[in-house]
Amino acid sequence: MRIEITDERIATVEVLDGIKAGPDGAVCVFDGIVRNNTRGRQTLYLVYEAYREMALEQMRALAEQAAAKFGVRDIALVHRLGKLEVGDTSVLIAVASAHRGVTFEACRWLIDTLKKTVPIWKKEYFIDGAVWADGEAFPEELGLRLEETVSPDEKKV
Amino acid sequence: MQVTVLYFGMLKDLFPDERQPIELADGETVAGLLRLSQEHASKQSDVWMALAVAVNREYAGVDTVLKDGDEVALLPPVSGGCEVVV
Repeated sequence: MRIEITDERIATVEVLDGIKAGPDGAVCVFDGIVRNNTRGRQTLYLVYEAYREMALEQMRALAEQAAAKFGVRDIALVHRLGKLEVGDTSVLIAVASAHRGVTFEACRWLIDTLKKTVPIWKKEYFIDGAVWADGEAFPEELGLRLEETVSPDEKKV
Repeated sequence: MQVTVLYFGMLKDLFPDERQPIELADGETVAGLLRLSQEHASKQSDVWMALAVAVNREYAGVDTVLKDGDEVALLPPVSGGCEVVV
């Protein structure tokens, strides 16, 4: 499995060529790219940052989970960090297997789960300002709610 | 004991240093550290309502007991990849 975090442009064709092997009948690809707007607000560029070591470990764990869960033969998962322009690939996922059905399912599961659990954030720079993008809520087993951190005594006050 | 706290995403706007050593009493938990961090934040924010915490790069719960030398990361909701509208 090819699992990477890179500061360079993602070599999409090389990744796709590299994953194909004799037993495969299908490679399903998800190419996540920078859109030119968010809810109609014009985007100039994005800056991605990560808790790098943990993000890589989480990506490796996700790929292993997906391989076991869907029974696919191989997975490539590459995420880019830093400043990305409109149209640049931020994340590339490729799933190879003997039959196409599981490759679609694994690919979808990988991007949806990555977006909730892998510690990577993006700041969106618009023509009229910059914001940290709203992330999706953490899955219940990972997220904390602040009220849980307040002791019963403090709640009474 | 001392732990190192890392701030990511919008939390960087609340703390001048992305990486900060913090002194804690022995036996302090993630919950205690969060209370302390929130008190030291430069301004109020809703981000505290939706955090996850990693201790030594593993997701951890509020009751996790911290040890000297731990690396504790405060993680706002993540937004890697690109937006997938279902």
